[in-house]
Amino acid sequence: MTAATGEKAGQEGQVGAGRERERRRRRARASQGDSRLAWRLIAPTIILLIVVIGYPVVYAVVKSLQLDKADAGINPSTGFFQQGGKFVGLKYYRYWFNCNCPNGTNGHEFWPAVQTTVIFTVITVIFEVVLGTMMALVMHRAFKGRAIVRAAILVPWAIPTAVTARLWEYMFQPHGVVNSVFGTSIIWTGSVWPARWAVMIGDIWKTTPFIALLVLAGLQVIPDELYESARVDGANAWQRFVRITLPLVKPALLVAVLFRVLDVLRIFDLPYILTHGANQTTTLSILAVNELRSSQNAAAALSTITFLFIFLVAFVLVKIFSVNVVQTQARTVKA
Amino acid sequence: MTAATQAATTSAVELPKVRRRRRWRFNMRAVGRTLGMVIIVVWCLAPFYWMVVTSFRQVDYTYDNALLPKHVTFDNYKAIFQGNNHFGRALINSVIIGTVVTVFAMIVGVTCAYAIARLHFRGKFAVLGLILAASMFPGVALVTPLFQFFTNIHWLGTYQALIIPDLSFALPLCVYVLASFFTQMPWDLEQAAKVDGASPGQAFRLVILPLAAPGLFTAAILVFLSAWNEFLLASQLSNGNPNVAPVTYAIAFFSGSDPRIVPYTSIMAAGVIITIPLVIVVLLFQRRIISGLTAGGVKG
Amino acid sequence: MHYRRVLVVAVAAVTTVGLAAGCSSSKKSGGGGRGPITFVTGKDTSGVWPAIANQWNAAHPNEKVTVKQQSDQADQQHDDIVQHMQAKDPGYDIVTVDVIWTAEFAAKGWLVPLKGQYAIDTSPMLGGPVKAATYNGTMYAAPFASDGGLLYYRKDLVPTAPTTWSELISDCAKKTSGMGCYGGQFSQYEGLTCNAVESIYGAGGTVVKSDGKTPDVNTPQAAEGLNFLVNGFKQGYIPKEAITWTEEPSREAFQSGKLLFLRNWPYVYAHLTGDANSQVKDKFGVAPLPGSSGLGTSTLGGHSAAISVYSKHQGTAFDFLKFIETPDIQLNQFLKVGTLAPVLKAPYTDPTAIAKFPYLPTLQKSIDTAIPRPVSPFYPAITQSIQTNVYQALQGSLPVQSALQNIQAGITKAAGG
Repeated sequence: MTAATGEKAGQEGQVGAGRERERRRRRARASQGDSRLAWRLIAPTIILLIVVIGYPVVYAVVKSLQLDKADAGINPSTGFFQQGGKFVGLKYYRYWFNCNCPNGTNGHEFWPAVQTTVIFTVITVIFEVVLGTMMALVMHRAFKGRAIVRAAILVPWAIPTAVTARLWEYMFQPHGVVNSVFGTSIIWTGSVWPARWAVMIGDIWKTTPFIALLVLAGLQVIPDELYESARVDGANAWQRFVRITLPLVKPALLVAVLFRVLDVLRIFDLPYILTHGANQTTTLSILAVNELRSSQNAAAALSTITFLFIFLVAFVLVKIFSVNVVQTQARTVKA
Repeated sequence: MTAATQAATTSAVELPKVRRRRRWRFNMRAVGRTLGMVIIVVWCLAPFYWMVVTSFRQVDYTYDNALLPKHVTFDNYKAIFQGNNHFGRALINSVIIGTVVTVFAMIVGVTCAYAIARLHFRGKFAVLGLILAASMFPGVALVTPLFQFFTNIHWLGTYQALIIPDLSFALPLCVYVLASFFTQMPWDLEQAAKVDGASPGQAFRLVILPLAAPGLFTAAILVFLSAWNEFLLASQLSNGNPNVAPVTYAIAFFSGSDPRIVPYTSIMAAGVIITIPLVIVVLLFQRRIISGLTAGGVKG
Repeated sequence: MHYRRVLVVAVAAVTTVGLAAGCSSSKKSGGGGRGPITFVTGKDTSGVWPAIANQWNAAHPNEKVTVKQQSDQADQQHDDIVQHMQAKDPGYDIVTVDVIWTAEFAAKGWLVPLKGQYAIDTSPMLGGPVKAATYNGTMYAAPFASDGGLLYYRKDLVPTAPTTWSELISDCAKKTSGMGCYGGQFSQYEGLTCNAVESIYGAGGTVVKSDGKTPDVNTPQAAEGLNFLVNGFKQGYIPKEAITWTEEPSREAFQSGKLLFLRNWPYVYAHLTGDANSQVKDKFGVAPLPGSSGLGTSTLGGHSAAISVYSKHQGTAFDFLKFIETPDIQLNQFLKVGTLAPVLKAPYTDPTAIAKFPYLPTLQKSIDTAIPRPVSPFYPAITQSIQTNVYQALQGSLPVQSALQNIQAGITKAAGG
């Protein structure tokens, strides 16, 4: 650079720096304004959630640290339970993690319930993602009669869970239609893995449309030109799917997977009605309901443990898949 | 022959072969796609078909396995609307609750999602975490404290007692879906509108919202169905009041001639009645769900 | 920062709400109040309550009874009552309790003891139901309907019903092809506890000692009783699919002619004779349950009515309790209209009743000698222990000895051991 251009560059640099400071100041001011507006917009959601869900959580945690009336012993003369309520710290938490209880008691079922819940989660989510994505791709196409196909795919999701559970319970009976159509005589609710598969099949059937719907919505924002130019460049269908569809549908798919995982970790209705939790299909929620009949505070402790467990799983998921809903820049789609 | 005509003749001779090969490959793909579609539709509808067949079966033949309906009757449908079941009222209640929950969830959720997707503020991760955390607590543990809470403020057995919890359950998913949509919207359009003199609110309403229509309708359907499906809290908080109890509670109310009998035929009939209007609504709105970006909107 | 403000508002909201919740009035109303009452019962499938309520209301225009029906699932009925009691709801004046819930609700102090001014005359009643409604020496609920287990058998194939298990097993040879021999309720639910406990009683065993608390189930007699069922699956005189049976599938099997012997409740009778698809209409008989060395013992089902301590009209409630136990109501409403087993001795010998329900004498004997399931405030945990262990024993994955040991330990643990 000559001296002249150097000076010019220096001057430009100064002007550039000045503009940069100006930009930063503007952004800071916008940020403050943004911030106030943002909190006003978010407040209703936060307040509603804290009141409706936060309060029960606090209630459960407080109760879980107190002695339940049912564990306070029975007054021998009146036959009534003694007063509960005194502070017992982590007694109930220790009970769940470390019971050494005989088979058939709730305390004994904690770790099996954790295992069952995890198995349900992993298997159903994998099936649902694969099937759901396939369904979304089908729904995305333009062809005659697509309206009917789309409505058909949503039918399982539209039926209330209580009805679905009864339907599958009915179909999975030893002389039910599943055995009759496939010519098998599996006693579905009579042993561990058939019962688990019965629950999982029912759940997969019911909730795959949920994932399909979200993935479909995600597919809508992918411009067709991307596919065109890729096809022109010689990419085949599989390559187009892996290189274009998957990455761009990732945000929607990850939201779907995240909420699916949260839901199935808390699953209650389907296994409760289908198998009543027998044959190692007792999930953490079913265990909590069973415990509620004996000791309310122990059930509260279990709910809190479940909550923390789910929190941990969600945290890990978000980290691994870098679910990033927070971007405020417009995503530029690189052609 | 000149080179041109030679080339022309050669291509004229070769073309049919190439076209044939491509048509064959095309047909295979089409067949494969149709087959996949048929399998998917059968998978989704077969159990529903069984539900419909069962709903028309006479109660005494509940356990009959014939695939085509025998012993057909309308009695199940008549029975569920009779007397103590309050099924008709329950349907109306479910529609009211579902609609109100959806409307409020969309209003609250859209504003929240806009803030998260568009605005800069500190504590965004905390907010997102808090909203997600609301979906982590087992529903069964919410029943007792909420029951006592609503009893104390004398709201047990009212619409509010059903709407507010449903709304809270649906909000986290609603916010997340909408937020993930809004982040993918072309914000330069909003900038352009602002430059043209629109306020941020107007720019958002008139430019971004229409483009986000697939996301909005998806979120609305998911919220409505989640309110529709809710049973545990609805059964307790409605306190058995038939004026507010939704269909999920009414179905649990069906019984056979003895408490030990599970009235499968009636439950299936109720299921069919509940599902059909939902399917019709989805059919009506499915074009909105599927609409893509309006042509020309994004291109620079 | 703004978010702090939002947080403060939210926390304040929750605290106010929480305080308001804690400050609800929880006064237990004194006895003797009179006025309108609400009677809470499970789903009235037998259609018996409207007429009873009308009769009462006609005679007591200022103290009308409103019947509130819950769902038909026992679990939901139980949890619904628990919710309302914990919330100290005065809106539930009388609640219907299944026999197995009485001790639990009584121990939690929710039920008005039926003694002194609220004493019920139990001399005209059958023994079993009264025992089931008594906790710690006091009656806490007034039984109004009962239930006992019966043996249904194909009298065209087996002319005389077996009285012992060995007779039953040898009678299995008389079944035709495609039939199973013996069926009951063996899915993992309360019905399994009934069947298991009946088998244990039938061999002379017991679940808890006479004090109602100390477990005594790890005995050779109990093992013999359980083995009747376990061997059934092992040796095949109980069909394999019976492991999934509740009352209805087992009835269905017998009704379609696929079962020789069925243990079930009296409600089945009407279906076997009246259903369009019944294959056994005139071919079956009803007998008492067989046992190890003679006739066995049924367990007790049924319902009682109890007054809530939070009720403001306990006087009226008590009168209603007495009303539903009058002979007229017991015979003409519960039995004839509702086909429910009465708790009074008289209706069982009424000739018109016997003409309509030929199994009445057998049922009366069954209920009179019935032994209730353990009357304990810890019953939910006890039944859980029994169900889980017996189910696994029936599946063959747990030896009977270990099952009984686990049940013994489970009952001890449930009572705070």
